[in-house]
Amino acid sequence: MAIDMEQFHQVFFEESFEGLDVMETGLLNLDNGEADDEEINTIFRAAHSIKGGSGTFGFQAIADFTHIMETLLDEVRDGIRELNHSAINVLLKSVDCLRMMMTAASDGSDVNDDEVKINFDALQTILGAENTSAPVAAKTVAVAADNAAKAWKISFSPHKNFMQFGNDPIRVIRELSTLGSLSGQVDTSKVPDFSDLNPEDMFLSWDLQLKGDASKAAIDDVFAWVEDESDISVSELKSAEASVSQPVAAPVTQAAQPIEKKTTTTAAAEKKEKAAVSSSIRVGIDKIDDLINMVGELVITQSMLSMLGEDFNMSRLEKLQEGLIQLDRHTRELQESVMQIRMVPISFTFSRFPRMVRDLSEKLGKNIELVMHGENTELDKTVIEKIGDPLVHLVRNSIDHGIEMPEARIAAGKPKVGTIQLNAFHRGGNIVIEITDDGKGIDKEVIYNKGVEKGLVEAGAKLADQQIYDLLFNPGFSTATEITDVSGRGVGMDVVKKNIMSLGGAIETHSVKGQGSIFSIRLPLTLAILDGQSVAVGGDNYIIPLVSIVESVQPKKEQLNMVAGKGETYKLRDEYLPILRVCDLFNIPDAKAKKLEDGLLVVVEADGKHFGVFVDDLLGQQQVVIKSLESNYKRIEGISGATILGDGSVALILDIPGLIRMSD
Amino acid sequence: MSTDVELKNDELPLDSDADLGDEYLTFSLADEEYGVDILRVQELRGWEAVTRIPNSPAFVKGVLNLRGAIVPIIDLRERFNLTVSDYTETTVVIVLSVNDGRDGNERTMGVVVDSISDVVHAKLSDIQATPQFGSALDTEYISGLADANGVMLMLLNVDAMLSMNGMG
Amino acid sequence: MALILTVDDSASMRQMVAFTLKGAGYDVVEAEDGQKALDASKTKQFDLVITDVNMPVMDGITFIKHLRAEAKYKFTPILMLTTESSADKKAEGKTAGATGWIVKPFNPDQLLAVVKKVIG
Repeated sequence: MAIDMEQFHQVFFEESFEGLDVMETGLLNLDNGEADDEEINTIFRAAHSIKGGSGTFGFQAIADFTHIMETLLDEVRDGIRELNHSAINVLLKSVDCLRMMMTAASDGSDVNDDEVKINFDALQTILGAENTSAPVAAKTVAVAADNAAKAWKISFSPHKNFMQFGNDPIRVIRELSTLGSLSGQVDTSKVPDFSDLNPEDMFLSWDLQLKGDASKAAIDDVFAWVEDESDISVSELKSAEASVSQPVAAPVTQAAQPIEKKTTTTAAAEKKEKAAVSSSIRVGIDKIDDLINMVGELVITQSMLSMLGEDFNMSRLEKLQEGLIQLDRHTRELQESVMQIRMVPISFTFSRFPRMVRDLSEKLGKNIELVMHGENTELDKTVIEKIGDPLVHLVRNSIDHGIEMPEARIAAGKPKVGTIQLNAFHRGGNIVIEITDDGKGIDKEVIYNKGVEKGLVEAGAKLADQQIYDLLFNPGFSTATEITDVSGRGVGMDVVKKNIMSLGGAIETHSVKGQGSIFSIRLPLTLAILDGQSVAVGGDNYIIPLVSIVESVQPKKEQLNMVAGKGETYKLRDEYLPILRVCDLFNIPDAKAKKLEDGLLVVVEADGKHFGVFVDDLLGQQQVVIKSLESNYKRIEGISGATILGDGSVALILDIPGLIRMSD
Repeated sequence: MSTDVELKNDELPLDSDADLGDEYLTFSLADEEYGVDILRVQELRGWEAVTRIPNSPAFVKGVLNLRGAIVPIIDLRERFNLTVSDYTETTVVIVLSVNDGRDGNERTMGVVVDSISDVVHAKLSDIQATPQFGSALDTEYISGLADANGVMLMLLNVDAMLSMNGMG
Repeated sequence: MALILTVDDSASMRQMVAFTLKGAGYDVVEAEDGQKALDASKTKQFDLVITDVNMPVMDGITFIKHLRAEAKYKFTPILMLTTESSADKKAEGKTAGATGWIVKPFNPDQLLAVVKKVIG
C-alpha cells in the first residue's frame, strides 16, 4: 500500500517545533529548581514523540539524535540521574541543534553537521561511554535466513486467562500457518463438563508441526505477544521429512522493508510548503465548536425570518422586529467568534524570553530573574507575529542597559539579583505589555544633553519627561558608552517604535533614576477591526480610531489663539493644542463649519502629544472592519484604510499620525 | 442597461464561421466612440454616489463598495480632458479588471462613461496603429483604432490607464 | 467493517495511523490522550484499539488498564505503540492487559500487517 508519508510532514514539523519549545521551557524550569516530576515527564514525552515521529516519517538523523536525549531524560525521569546546571546547558544546546535539524528537514536548508556532532558527543559524554553504541538501530524484525528447510515441533498451551488480553488462539495458529505447512492435534482433555464451562476461559492446547523454511525467530515472533499467557515450546523436528511444502512468504518479511525515504521533492517545493505553513493557524476545537453552534443559530433565525417574509402582514411586525434583533445578536456573536479564532495567547511570544534572559545574563555576568504575568492574554495572530521582535529588543535593552552588574547593585543597596518583569493585560479595548526592570533607570539629563548634542533638541528647550524619553526612539540615538553586541548602539529602538506604530499601537516610557524603568506598549486587540468614532466633514463621513481619542470639545472663541507661524491652537486646560483642520488638509470644499466655534474639536493623542482635530460634527461610535484602500487604488496620506458602513457606503479611516505629519 | 450583443451584419462578413476577432464593448464619451476588451468588463452599473478620496486628482471621483471591496471610480471625460458634463440617467460605470503589470495583481476599477453603445467584433487587422496626434492628446491609453459600422472606434488600453492614474 | 480507535498525543502519528487504516477500509476514531479515548470507548464499541504509551493527561498503560476493566472490552484486542527503548513498557503493557505491540518506527505496511493479523 503506497501511502504518501509526506502529507503528514507539515503536522509533524508543527508539533515537533512545539515539542521543542516545551522541552526548552521545561529545561529552564528544571534549571531554576521549579520542576516537579510532571515537568520532567513532559520534557521526556516531547522528546519521545519527536523521536517516534521522526523515525516513522523518515528523518532518521533526527530520530538518532533525539534517541540519546530521550535515553538521558528517561534516566532522569526514573530518578537514576540528576541534571546539574552544565548538563541542562548541554540539553538546551541540543534542543537548539534539534531545532536546526528540524528546520533543515522542513525547508531544505543545510544541516550544520559539526554542530550535530558536537552536541551528540556532549550528550554521549553525559550518558557515559557505555551507551555509545549506535542509537536506534531500528529494530526491523529481520527474518534471518536460516539455511536449510526445516520442520518444527511446536507445543502451544494457552493459559486459562489467555483470551482476557484480547488474544485469540486461532489468530496465532493462522499466523503460524503462513510460515509453512502446518499440521497438528488439539488437546481437548482439559475442557470441563458443559455445566462447569466458563466460556471466557481457555482450556485447549495444541501440538503442532510446522514444515518449511521458517526460522526460529519468525516463530518466536508469532508468539511474542502471548508468551506470558501461554506455555510454548519450539523444537526442531529431526525426522526431517523436509519435502518443502509451499513455503508462504511470511508477512514479517514484508514488514521488514525499511522505511522508504521520500526525499524526491526538490528543496524548492519544500520551501514553498513552508511558506504555506506560516500562514496557517491552529485553532482549538472549542473555538470551532462555538462557531458551528453560532452558525446553527444563525441558520435558524434566517429560516424563521424567511418564513415570516413569505406571508407577511403588519400584524406580524413585532415578530419581525424580534427576529431582526435576534439576527443582529447572532451576527455580532458570530463576528466575535470568528475574531476569536485569530486570537492566540501571548505566551507564544513570551516563551522565548526565559531562555534569552538566561543566556544573555550569563554572558554579561549579571544575575537576572525574569518574572512573567498574563501569558494567557490573547492577541490577534498578526499582532503576535509582529510584536515579537520589538519585545526582544526591549528586553535585551533592559538586560543590557537597565540591570546593573551585581557589584553595582550591592553598592546601590539593591538585591544582587535584578528583576525583569513582563506583564500582559487588558486595559480598555487594548492590550498592554509592560517591560519593567529594577535597574539603574534612565538618566533624563544624559538623554537631554545627548539630544542637544545630536541636534534633536534645541539647547535650553523645555521638554516634558515623555518627550525626553521619546528621544530614545530617535534613529541613531544611543546612550551606551560602550558598544555591546547585545543591544548595539541604539540601533533598533527607532525600529521598535516604528513596528509598534505600524500595529496601531503606542509605546510609553516611565523611569525613576536608580530605581528602574517601565516600557509600556499599548496594542489594539486586532488589526482587522477597530472601534471608531464617525465624524462628518462636508458631505463625507470619516472614522477616527477610538483609541487615539482623548475627548471631544466644542471650542469657545476665547480658547482659540493664532500662534505666529505655527497656526491655530486651542487652550485645553493648561495645554495649547495645535489644531488640525481636516477640511483644509483634505481640501474638502463643502465643510459646513468654517469658523472653529461652529464645529467640534476631537482631542487626539499621538506620540505622547495632544492635537485638536477640527470636524463639522460627531456622529455615532461603531466597530468597523478595516479594508485596504491599496488593493485597488493606492495609499493616501492621512488615511489608514476604509470601511463599509451599515448602509453600504464607504467611509475612510483617518490616520492620526499621518494627519499630524501632513500639518507640519 | 442594454448590452445588445447582436452584430451589425451588413458591416461585417456574413460567414458565421469566419474569425470575427475579439469582442469589444463600445461606449460613447463626448461624441466619441471608444471600445474596451469585453473580457475585461466585470459589470455595468448606473452612476451612484461615491465616497470622495482627499487630495486625489479631479478625475478620481471616489471609491465605491463593490461587494465588500473598495473600488476607485474614474471619470473618463475628465481623465481625457474632455468637456465635463453632468451625470444623467444613461451615465454608466463600467467595472474593469486591470492588471498592474508588476506583480500580476488583478485590480478592479470603475470608469464613468456617457452611455453604452454596443458590442462589436474587431479583428486584429481592423485595428490600426494609433496615429500620432499632437502632444495635446495622450495616446498611450489607446491601443489602436478600429472601424465599427463606419464609426471610428478608439480601443482603450486598460492596463496603461492604471499607471496613468498613478495607481500602478 | 471493523471500527478502530487510535490514541496518540502526536497529531502526525495519529493522522498517519488513521489515514492508513481508513485507506484499508476500516472505520477509525481518533483520540489524543487516554482520557479522551476512554470517553470515546464508552459511546462506541471498537473492534480494535491502538494506543500510544507516553501521553499527557492519561498515559497509555493506565488507559489500557481502565479499558480492559470494562466488560465490553474484556476480549477486544488492544495494541500499543512503543519504541524499543521502552522495552520494559511492553511487559508493563501486557500486565495492564494489552494484546500486543507495534514497534516505532513503523510504516503503513507494517501497521496494516499487524492489524490484519489481529482482526483479519
